Amino acid sequence: MTTSQSIQWRIPLRFGFYAGIASLCFSAIGLVELFGQRALITGVITMGQVLIFTATIGLAYITARDNAEGQRGVALLYGSLTGVISGIPSALLILLASAVNLRPFLPNVSPALIEILTFNLSPTAGSLAFLVAMTAAGLIAAAFSLLPSKVQRPIFNGLLWTLIIGLFSEILSSRLRDFFGSGFTKLIFAGKALHPLVAAILFVLVIGITALLDARKQTTPEQTEDVSASRKSRLRWLTFAVGAIFLIILPQLLGSYLSEVMNNVGLFILMGLGLNIVVGFAGLLDLGYVAFYAIGAYSMAVMTSQGPLGLGLPFWIALPFCVLFAALAGIILGVPVLRMRGDYLAIVTLGFGEIIRILVLSDLFKPILGGAQGILRIPKPEIFGISLVRPEHFYYVILAGVLLAWFVSWRLSEARLGRQWLAMQEDEDVAEAMGIRLVTTKLLAFSFGAGFSGLAGALLASKLTSIFPHSFKLEISINVLVLIIIGGLGSLPGVVVGALILVGLPELLREFAEYRLLMYGALLVVMMLAKPEGFWPSTIMKRELHIDDDPEILSAKAGD
Amino acid sequence: MKKLFEKIEYIDLFLWLIRAVIIIIVIWGTVATIIDNPYSTRQWTDFLIFGVAQGSMYALIAIGYTLVYGVLFMINFAHGEFFMSGIMTSTIFLAGPMAESGFLNRHPIISLLIIAIFSMLISVSVALLTERIAYKPLRKAPRLVPLITAIGASFFWQNFFRGMLGSNVKPFPQVEILSGTIPFLGTEILKTHIAVVLVTVIMLIGLNFFIMRTKTGKSIRAVAENKDVAALMGIDVDRAISITFATGAAMAGIAGVLFALVFRQVHFFMGFTPGIKAFTAAVLGGIGSVPGAAIGGLFLGMFESIGPSLFLQSLGIPAFNQLKDVIAFIMLVLVLIFRPQGILGEALAEKKA
Repeated sequence: MTTSQSIQWRIPLRFGFYAGIASLCFSAIGLVELFGQRALITGVITMGQVLIFTATIGLAYITARDNAEGQRGVALLYGSLTGVISGIPSALLILLASAVNLRPFLPNVSPALIEILTFNLSPTAGSLAFLVAMTAAGLIAAAFSLLPSKVQRPIFNGLLWTLIIGLFSEILSSRLRDFFGSGFTKLIFAGKALHPLVAAILFVLVIGITALLDARKQTTPEQTEDVSASRKSRLRWLTFAVGAIFLIILPQLLGSYLSEVMNNVGLFILMGLGLNIVVGFAGLLDLGYVAFYAIGAYSMAVMTSQGPLGLGLPFWIALPFCVLFAALAGIILGVPVLRMRGDYLAIVTLGFGEIIRILVLSDLFKPILGGAQGILRIPKPEIFGISLVRPEHFYYVILAGVLLAWFVSWRLSEARLGRQWLAMQEDEDVAEAMGIRLVTTKLLAFSFGAGFSGLAGALLASKLTSIFPHSFKLEISINVLVLIIIGGLGSLPGVVVGALILVGLPELLREFAEYRLLMYGALLVVMMLAKPEGFWPSTIMKRELHIDDDPEILSAKAGD
Repeated sequence: MKKLFEKIEYIDLFLWLIRAVIIIIVIWGTVATIIDNPYSTRQWTDFLIFGVAQGSMYALIAIGYTLVYGVLFMINFAHGEFFMSGIMTSTIFLAGPMAESGFLNRHPIISLLIIAIFSMLISVSVALLTERIAYKPLRKAPRLVPLITAIGASFFWQNFFRGMLGSNVKPFPQVEILSGTIPFLGTEILKTHIAVVLVTVIMLIGLNFFIMRTKTGKSIRAVAENKDVAALMGIDVDRAISITFATGAAMAGIAGVLFALVFRQVHFFMGFTPGIKAFTAAVLGGIGSVPGAAIGGLFLGMFESIGPSLFLQSLGIPAFNQLKDVIAFIMLVLVLIFRPQGILGEALAEKKA
């Protein structure tokens, strides 16, 4: 039996309230309804329903795990209490929406949303049913927290993978159809989502695999690190070769639509690599990065366009000039801000980005840059007389650009210049005292970053064949900044990871499009709070940001 | 070392060149405009009055930047969103229904008061929530980290309110007692403009009293001076910082109402440009200084309203009014480059920037 003294009522009440507000917000900003159209398992569950319960399940799990101190009754009580409380805000919303028309105020509280929330029942019954469902969710989460971790992990993995495959089933099924025919695809996917039976099989399968892997890991605790040097290098070459082959055949595997997505990801990787030099290596926060993207794109457009505004040069001749112009612009815009640091630099560069966009849009430059009508009829690049029209083919041009930028960044980071950037990022005054020329070092960072961005812009122009000023909003700068932060500042693989997550995922889930910036904003805050070094951090950043809680470094310091 | 010295000289030369070019453009444009004389005195006065009204709003928003910067040395990038959230919510939930039921024009003063208070409340709540969740845990982090968080918070709130309240532009109803003009020194002034300036003056006096005379204001100033010493003196630093955010947001909430009265429309993106410009105003006046924010706001407002016609029109630039924002941004860049301590600022630049 539980004693009443040990029950802290306030914790589940508070967490329940947070979860309730979160799920209410998910509903009211329209995410639930939007994702309600994306079924995970046909006829069983949609992504919208998952969203409603996510906050409750998560917070009930945390409440039960952290506060029950192993007492089962208390844990279940906490879980269900969190659940009930978290249901109340949305239940009130249901009742309110049935009494008053809320749409003039909250346009996303639509009948369709209420239908999802009430499980198609009447408002009163529906809100009760909603409360019960939330309580059940809390209870299940609490019960889950009581399971030993050996059981928790496989079940969690099973759920996660079923969710992921369900989420992407539309794309997966269309690809499978191309390779294996529609008969096989229909076995797995019903309509646009997973077949219920297949989902169950998948779930069990993942549980089995995870459990097996875990068991194996426990029986063979430490792999001996006795790999000979020659074998290591052979292994490295092998991964290299496999990676290269994979990158080369990728567009054939992906098909036209996904190749187009990959191309967009590639452009952002390019820009990310550039901004990574400026922000990640040199520590100069640049919010006007889109300016160089625009300069690259407009240079390409003006030089190659077949229209009245263009010079009609071939792509390959124009390309180096685009990079050069952008790099020059990097230096020119870099000179005035040489003396600035930190947040002032960020605001000034933001100002530059806006100035360039407004100037391009204005009538002042309309005779050269086309104003709001943009520049049209930009040709695609040609190789040996073949025009690279299809995204599968254009992919290789972008791939080449990304590989080049990667190589340059990688060599730079190891070179003297890269170390100078790092030193400057650490402390400008000390770096100067050590004999680093701040002016040259900073300007080189700006120009390299701008050059990569210009390359991306030039490729964008010929990919889209027409460009308009509204493609170069502040959003792009923020997008690139977020992706390098998510990936990990100063880390090259991090840029790729960040671009895949932030540019690739939203393109696959079209619903995201409208809520992209909402997610970015939330993600930025959460990352800064929880994991400021990013998902694939560079060793240096990791060391710097976690200097306090890394016992090894502290002890090493103490030992000095 | 010698080479480095030469380099810096070269940079200075470049900066002087920029300065010279801009001064020449401004003087040339001004002289040309004066010779052309395209506008009557009456029109210039109108520009000026509009500039003062616009500048008052910038001043109110700028106070939020300046207070927070003074206390935390952080640019609260999300401040424009505090401004937007209050007026956006109160337009949709209060002003719209009030206008429909006719209450707004039957009891205009009471309605506007309610709208203003509600707007302030929402702005303050958003600010406190942001501060609590996003900024407070990061006070000891490297300086770039809170700035990035603030950018994240800004985009989050923008799109949160977009999702909540819809993405279209919403009209703010006409208030009858504030429509029309009254004669003043030979010209007609819009009543809304007078209301804007009056409210701003009252708010600034109130703020000055709050900061200078009350105990809470004193604690804010103490925390701005030195957090550790303030804590030793028994001041609750966290509370003082929260109050700073709340004060700034309350001013932004009022500015939102004034903005809606003048421009008669609200939308989710309305916080961005005024936010940046108010930041410019804060820097212009000297960031960290409250009177500076007021002066900077007024100055920027007038500059922006007269500038395009005065400097650009006679240079033969087509559609010169499109470049209004460019003037503000260039001003921001110039101030940050050449006089980062602003008009009234102390020599903060080296120490804190």
